[in-house]
Amino acid sequence: MKALKYILTGILFGIILTKSEAVSWYRIQEMFRFQSIFMYGIIGTAVISGIILVAVIKKFRLKDTDGQAIQFPAKDKRWKKYLIGGSIFGMGWAMTGACPGPIFILLGQGYTVMLAVIAGALAGTFFYGILRNRLPQ
Amino acid sequence: MISLLSHPWPWYVSGPAIAAIMAILVFSGKTFGFSANLSNICSLLGFGKHFSYFNFDWKKQQWNLWFLVGSVIGGYIAVHYLQSPQPLSLSTSTVTDLEKLKIPFDGKLEPGSIFTWKYLFTGKGLLLFLGGGFLIGFGTRYAGGCTSGHAISGLSNLQFPSLIAVIGFFIGGLFTTHLLFPIIFK
Repeated sequence: MKALKYILTGILFGIILTKSEAVSWYRIQEMFRFQSIFMYGIIGTAVISGIILVAVIKKFRLKDTDGQAIQFPAKDKRWKKYLIGGSIFGMGWAMTGACPGPIFILLGQGYTVMLAVIAGALAGTFFYGILRNRLPQ
Repeated sequence: MISLLSHPWPWYVSGPAIAAIMAILVFSGKTFGFSANLSNICSLLGFGKHFSYFNFDWKKQQWNLWFLVGSVIGGYIAVHYLQSPQPLSLSTSTVTDLEKLKIPFDGKLEPGSIFTWKYLFTGKGLLLFLGGGFLIGFGTRYAGGCTSGHAISGLSNLQFPSLIAVIGFFIGGLFTTHLLFPIIFK
């Protein structure tokens, strides 16, 4: 039963990201070339809605469906990993036109070549797991 | 209703809709962060036996893997039943820029000239898809999150580290688009 709930939420996510065109390689190029407000509008309105959502939850100490208080874990304060890791991810985002969610959504759309991106992403994850202790955090 | 959903969505509808996904997960006691699934899959494959980074109970993250399965199905449903008849309304300057790189704009979501198996098995294709995928996996795990975990969840919670990560996303993306693409697609 629980699985079904998350599958349905995932289906919604796949439909929304497809219809938003945020999964489009062309749209990501347009964004990194600053040639349209489109992607900035999506991310901007998502973040503004998210800020309101989080603020309301904190203000009224809302609970989740299991009755637990909703908490937002703070990210740890080291900065190197965010800047370096973020830049590495940004390169892959521009090359494939997809971030991790869209990789799988595009697979569902029938772009089976995304299997190569998934294989690459798992290899990258694996290498990070091995090298983690040697990298600046 | 279906025809309304099929039309291209304006960005001010899409943004709040993405935030709604975060709301559903938050009210279920979960966190919106898709790239955690890359670690979850490595853990599920048993890499935790040899490498401590993957030594965690992935079953606690099972919900996120179901979310992943759903997103694949959602992609299928969206293109088969909610496809817009209109071509993508890409900015004309982007179309011109991409023509210079010999990537024609075909009005679809993805350029048909490069999103094929045939293209994958060229030097450029391997670099773009396999190499790009590697950078996505390595980078998102290093940064501890991707667009959903940092740009949406992190910024919504006003997390300064997430802002640094998003600045990183753009450093990498701008570098690749403006400096590497002219070399790769020469």
